[in-house]
Amino acid sequence: MTSDRPKTFNLVEISDVHYSIGGRDIFKGLTLEIPRGKITAIMGPSGTGKTTLLRLITGQIRPSRGKVWVDGQDVSRLSRQELYLLRQQIGMLFQNGALLTDLSVFENVAFPVREHTDLPEALIRHLVLTKLQAVGLRGAHRLMPHELSGGMARRVALARAMVRDPDLLIYDEPFAGLDPISMGVILRLLRKVNDALGITSIVVSHDVDEIALVADHSYILAGGKVVASGSPKALKNDQSALVRQFMNGLPDGPVPFHYPAPDYYSDLLD
Amino acid sequence: MSNTIVKMLSDTLAGFGAATWFFFRILGQLPQALLRPRLIVHQVHNAGALSLVIIMTCGLFVGMVLGLQGFDMLARFGSESALGSAAALALVKELGPVVAALLFAGRAGTALASEIGLMRATDQLVAMEVMAVDPFRYVVAPRFLGGIIALPLLTMIFIAIGIFGVQLIGVQQLGVDQGTFWSQMRGSVEIEDIMEGLIKGCVFGVACSLIAVYEGFTAAPTAEGVGRATTRTVVNSAVMTLILDYMITAIML
Repeated sequence: MTSDRPKTFNLVEISDVHYSIGGRDIFKGLTLEIPRGKITAIMGPSGTGKTTLLRLITGQIRPSRGKVWVDGQDVSRLSRQELYLLRQQIGMLFQNGALLTDLSVFENVAFPVREHTDLPEALIRHLVLTKLQAVGLRGAHRLMPHELSGGMARRVALARAMVRDPDLLIYDEPFAGLDPISMGVILRLLRKVNDALGITSIVVSHDVDEIALVADHSYILAGGKVVASGSPKALKNDQSALVRQFMNGLPDGPVPFHYPAPDYYSDLLD
Repeated sequence: MSNTIVKMLSDTLAGFGAATWFFFRILGQLPQALLRPRLIVHQVHNAGALSLVIIMTCGLFVGMVLGLQGFDMLARFGSESALGSAAALALVKELGPVVAALLFAGRAGTALASEIGLMRATDQLVAMEVMAVDPFRYVVAPRFLGGIIALPLLTMIFIAIGIFGVQLIGVQQLGVDQGTFWSQMRGSVEIEDIMEGLIKGCVFGVACSLIAVYEGFTAAPTAEGVGRATTRTVVNSAVMTLILDYMITAIML
């Protein structure tokens, strides 16, 4: 693998990134760093480009300006083959699990191992069952994805994401739509996996309280830039209006409650 | 008006360009896909074996209608005995490949397009990309190969059942002499005719499978997008099958 620059303290570095879709600017000079071995949360109101940021980090899209460095490599300059090599070090948990619907739970978790290695079947079985045991679903290894609840699917997807012991684990809205028990399980796993495997984690989430329990560092994105960063506790005490609105879930503020519209009364009387 | 026509033309050309690029990307992954025969066999089963009932039923009824109409037409010229060869030539050279391809597009093509479209809508294709697995190798190429293997086989089965249907009506019901029926057929159907049917089956297999996987892969990741991809698969496959049929017939006659 070609390394563009020496490996640094930060596993991911985003530097002055600009990106737009259909004439709409998503990022206007985004700069942030994800330190190795830590859990970093990316938060922000809907539509601020949190998932787009994950797509930039995994090389699914390229910035129109700026650099995205992952493990010392400029992602936007990698060939398809180099990108695939880099992605082998990355595990990603999708919002809906994104399990392959024609494969069983066991085969879903075994999928990345079978695709990238020639390990003997006994070893694959050992690996898969170990990871499923870690997420508490060893007993469900014969089930098909449609037989799983939302929380179980998310846990299987987590087992799949970590089956090859990646350097970077990315969670896209891991708590969305989960009941409190499943949410608690995912929270505990998130911290446990990060500490036990010594990996770097990026968590994109709206759930301020849950994130405060696990994140070492948080960024809040708005208007295509980082508007605040720091530990979850520091962000709770941040005095800027937007951060206060977001952290406390206030309906109105810098992010308006109402979609832009003409005057209410004149609209009603028309 | 002229702007609309220019836009339609440029969109059509862009569509052809994108499909051609897509086709070459599949070709690039074929050697890798061939190393996984299990995936291909699974897709031949999905596209082929699961279409058998509809192919056989339709083959039988097309044959029976051909028997009735053929007998009626030939009786006007006093040449009912030519029913075997006329019906067999029609089935082998035209009806078999074309009707089988249209049925294949309706049954297997739509299934392929909606399956791949739903994989797109539920992030399964993106998940593969992020796991450094090329969806062209794992999803698209095996399904494409499954389709191009299945359709020529289905075409041959359609023709065989169709001929049985003609025989059922012509010989068993309308009283055409059995010996004449088969001997006329053997005397007039050449190996070139069978090759023409087979070549059409193969070409339609490539076209229908390519359209199905292309429409599914490029579907918008929404319920509406998957629905539209499925509709486009049937319409484009039918139109392309008939255009290609004319071109192959004009070349081979």
